[in-house]
Amino acid sequence: MTDIRYLSPSTLDEAVSAFAAAGSAARILAGGTDLLVQMRAGSVRPGLIVDIKKISEMTAIEETADGGFRVGAAVPGAVLAEHPRFGKVWPGVLEAVNLIGSTQVQGRASAGGNLCNSSPAADSVPAMIAAGAIVTVAGPNGRREMPVEAVPAGPGRTHLKPGEILVSFTLPPRPPGSGDAYLRMIPRTEMDIAVVGCGVSLTLKGGVCTTARVGLGAVAPTVLLVEAAAKALVGSKLDDAALSAAASACSAACRPIDDKRGTIAYRTKIAGVLLKRTAAIAAQRAGGN
Amino acid sequence: MNVITNNKWIGQRTIRPDGVDKVTGRAAFAADTTMPGMIWGKILRSPHPHARIKSIDTSKALALPGVKAVVTARDIVDFPVDKSVMLGIQDMRWMCRNVMAREKALFPGHPVAAVAATTEAIAAKACELIEVDYEVLPWAIEIDDALKADAPILHEFNKFEGKPSNIAGKLEVKKGDIAQGFKEAEVVIERTFTTRPVHQGYIEPHACLISVAADNKTTIWSSSQGQFMVRAMTSYLTGIPQSDIRAIPAEIGGGFGGKTIVYLEPLATLLAKKSGRPVKMVMTREEVMRATGPTSGSKSTVKIGAKKDGTIVAAQGTFYLQAGALPGSPIRGAVGCSFSPYDIPNVLSVGYDVLSNRSKVAAYRAPGAPIGAFAVECVMDELASALKMDPLELRLKNAARQGTKAAHGPVFPRIGYVETLEAAKAHPHYAAPLGKLQGRGVASGFWFNAGGESSAQVNITEDGNVVVTTGHPDIGGSRAAIANVCAELLGIDYRRVSVLIGDTATVGFSNLTGGSRVLFASAMVVTQSTEKVITTLRERAAKIWEIDPEAVKWENGAAHPASPNAGQFEPLTLAELAAKAPQMGGPIGAGVQLNTEGAEGGFGTHICDVEVDVELGIVRVIRYTAVQDVGRAVHPGYVEGQMQGGVAQGIGWALNEEYIYNRDGKVDNPGFLDYRMPVCSDLPMLDTVMVQVPNPKHPQGVKGVGEVPLVPVMAAVANAVHNALGKRFYSLPMSPPKVLATLEAEG
Amino acid sequence: MAKLHVSTTINGEPMEFLCEPNDTMLDALRGPLGLTGSKEGCASGDCGACSILLDDRLVCSCLMLSAEAQGHEIRTIEGMAHGEKLHPLQQKFLEMAALQCGICTSGMLVASDALLKKNPQPSEEEVRFWLAGNLCRCTGYDKIVRAVLETAQDMREARN
Repeated sequence: MTDIRYLSPSTLDEAVSAFAAAGSAARILAGGTDLLVQMRAGSVRPGLIVDIKKISEMTAIEETADGGFRVGAAVPGAVLAEHPRFGKVWPGVLEAVNLIGSTQVQGRASAGGNLCNSSPAADSVPAMIAAGAIVTVAGPNGRREMPVEAVPAGPGRTHLKPGEILVSFTLPPRPPGSGDAYLRMIPRTEMDIAVVGCGVSLTLKGGVCTTARVGLGAVAPTVLLVEAAAKALVGSKLDDAALSAAASACSAACRPIDDKRGTIAYRTKIAGVLLKRTAAIAAQRAGGN
Repeated sequence: MNVITNNKWIGQRTIRPDGVDKVTGRAAFAADTTMPGMIWGKILRSPHPHARIKSIDTSKALALPGVKAVVTARDIVDFPVDKSVMLGIQDMRWMCRNVMAREKALFPGHPVAAVAATTEAIAAKACELIEVDYEVLPWAIEIDDALKADAPILHEFNKFEGKPSNIAGKLEVKKGDIAQGFKEAEVVIERTFTTRPVHQGYIEPHACLISVAADNKTTIWSSSQGQFMVRAMTSYLTGIPQSDIRAIPAEIGGGFGGKTIVYLEPLATLLAKKSGRPVKMVMTREEVMRATGPTSGSKSTVKIGAKKDGTIVAAQGTFYLQAGALPGSPIRGAVGCSFSPYDIPNVLSVGYDVLSNRSKVAAYRAPGAPIGAFAVECVMDELASALKMDPLELRLKNAARQGTKAAHGPVFPRIGYVETLEAAKAHPHYAAPLGKLQGRGVASGFWFNAGGESSAQVNITEDGNVVVTTGHPDIGGSRAAIANVCAELLGIDYRRVSVLIGDTATVGFSNLTGGSRVLFASAMVVTQSTEKVITTLRERAAKIWEIDPEAVKWENGAAHPASPNAGQFEPLTLAELAAKAPQMGGPIGAGVQLNTEGAEGGFGTHICDVEVDVELGIVRVIRYTAVQDVGRAVHPGYVEGQMQGGVAQGIGWALNEEYIYNRDGKVDNPGFLDYRMPVCSDLPMLDTVMVQVPNPKHPQGVKGVGEVPLVPVMAAVANAVHNALGKRFYSLPMSPPKVLATLEAEG
Repeated sequence: MAKLHVSTTINGEPMEFLCEPNDTMLDALRGPLGLTGSKEGCASGDCGACSILLDDRLVCSCLMLSAEAQGHEIRTIEGMAHGEKLHPLQQKFLEMAALQCGICTSGMLVASDALLKKNPQPSEEEVRFWLAGNLCRCTGYDKIVRAVLETAQDMREARN
């Protein structure tokens, strides 16, 4: 017999009040692909599990009036992939979300969980950062919005306040000539945690990059928004010099560690390689739009 | 010798007898069974790499409601360190210290105590309540650290050259005059290689369910590569006589050598005995990774000398293999197999068994041989380059053939190594064009193969069908091959033959599923048993027809009158004879128990193509062809399967598999996420070429096939990487950070 | 705390069971429900041996709480054959020796079935990436991939 409670409320208000009341021992359950592993390993022993998948807002994918998207925090990757339009507008975000784990994990894991688990190596986060996604959180004091990059505080820690639950991601509308992409380096072809992950979103006008955002994962305690890399791309025709400058900016932004998945030297080096490759794919997509 | 021609079933891809159970989820593996009143066992494991156990206080655990029994090393039979007691290749002095730490905890994960309780959660909680007073000691994990002059000594009683040492053993094989041989050499290549320990990686964690009655009658249900090994080791370690133990083999979810020793069974037996309740124990994946297997990490130096025409005149190898915390690394495989593909007049091959604070190694597919072959076959590749010879030509020029005396002793009979080289050379793969940053490598490998004890019983059922019982757990389709053999001999449809794996009470002693011996040995005893059955069937027909049994022949599943009575009587089918059995002399069946001999060594030659992403350091295998002398492929599907499985494991060993240790001397990647075995998308199709040079000493021509295919792989991959990049890798795995660092270091 | 009562549908049959709030679906299947065809190889979602369908979507049952099954439909390897008639994938795995020890087989079959329902004409690469979460240490995947591709072709031909 355990002293864990399991709740599956159907409204956000119920979820927030139960979650807030239970304090730090409570955990949100979306896909569970991180939480259940942590529970099994004994690193997390929740007193309350709040399953948010019965809350419609959490599992909805909506196109906003201005042509953007709102994606519920608990939408599994496999469901997002089946949306008729999302992947056409945000192919990079989709491929990032769809790199979280195996096919089986895709059936459950959500971008919301990926963000709140706050691993520096989370695949969806660099792409979401590059996309300029805004998250909506709900807590005892109501709702607020924050940019994705403001959520992670460090490995396993977020800037969400006690009792706050991530509700959804809002992705902005896409101007013509826009494209995004996400690439990660893993030793195998699947099933690994990113050694480095890179998301790029950009807009081209007449072959010139007018806006760009770069997200970089697994190279620092949190996923980084690399503004210097974006700056190197904006105004250029994504020529070799601009890409090299952006790649150098990515490598310079790295503050990685040596661990079982990669070395400092290796991560720093390949951050630049991935930037070049990711930007090329994003540019190709932008050119096709 | 009954050499079969015009085979109907041998060589057919029949459906395995246990197949439907395994595709429908019905097959019962070790963790799938329960018993009434069953409780759960859990193990408390050492958090330290090396620590003296000063005391263990189990009182708080025992006081926890729901806890039924606790065991520690005191409950395990002690085998004093000064007297060896061998069971097969395992020394019970080390086994008793491996299943439960005795004087010292020797690696993180080493069992210190075990608890049985009414639920898994209570057992886990009770483990936390056991108080162990450790004196933490300095530790050594890597070979170089364990061999330093001031290295922490794992076992003070272990002496090498008169001094306490971490070298637990030395093995040397010699042929000719090595010094003279190198004097004659015109080209000499000498290189040093390292490999990391790798785990067998079976998907099924160790598990058992054990019941012990008040009179010690013990029933063990567990997954292993040998129910008789389980019985014997459990008997040794618990003191219960073997005759009181019945070990029932569950279906086994992979072993690859790793399930040839016990971990849980003695502990669960003692917990069951103390508690009077059946005890189930199931390891977690983390426990499997921390405390079972793996095979050795190694450091090898290989030197080969040749004449300018490519004739190899001398070869020397020195192989240091990690034993883990207790003696017993597979130096025999490294020392004995490495040079066996070649006819070399002067050989010196020396192996050292090195202790260190990591889990005791267990057998892994051709134990030791892949480690040696990685070094030798890479040097062969360099030698071919130095001599400007095609690497297959160099091997052909020096290939072992019938009559070659191997350095490890035997004179080879008719073997098929040359045929594998010729088949590889002629294969379209070897001539296929390569793209940019792609490369091709070849390598060969040898494994001893094994015979040994095997038993079988072949019984004819009352309705005229056949039940064959053998004693080797079926780890990869052996039942299908046995059905083919029996059906062939009896001349009946293979679907009329049921093949079962008996438990220790229902079939005669049979040694481990290991050494690539199962089909070699069991086909031999099944053949002899079936021949006895056929003799009986002919006698029965002769009796019915009132003619001489010699005048009855057995064909197509029926007794036929032979000349001079040919045509006088209608044939009597197996079913008819079975129906008449009660009146004509009783049940029909025969069993044979043998110590089988004549398992000849196996050879393979592999071709590997890789492509390298030089910016990220990623090596991918893009094409692979494994050629092997398989003797006779009784069931080609499962022979190919052995070859493909071995190759996949070798690719993992070559590229990404390794234990990563943290600063505390603990494994940092004890799971499938970061212990990176190949996944489906990592591999291409794995092509196989079965060269069939039948073993003259086996009724069906069978040679062992399971282990050879792992032996050449790492060298084949490394040679392909060299071909792609012009850089040699002397250290495994060739993981992306290492590949990139090497590329950058050398420009 | 009392155990949770869960009503669900498993392989088309209504089922009820009791569980702890932290029990996984795999715990429930292998324990109270007695469906041991789903295997535990890792309990961390890395091996796929416990693959099941949750409302027709492929998931690892070790990464799902059993309490979440309430009101949903679950399919396991035990529900793959129609009575005595094996599913074409099961038959093909047997014919092509696409299993050796059999411990990954349940998960492989459930995952392959999910693939062919979604994509009746997968390429080799699609099969390989779809099955990347199902570890097999015996076969090197060759015969598994071939069996899935051949079954897909047979099933397409049978429909036409």
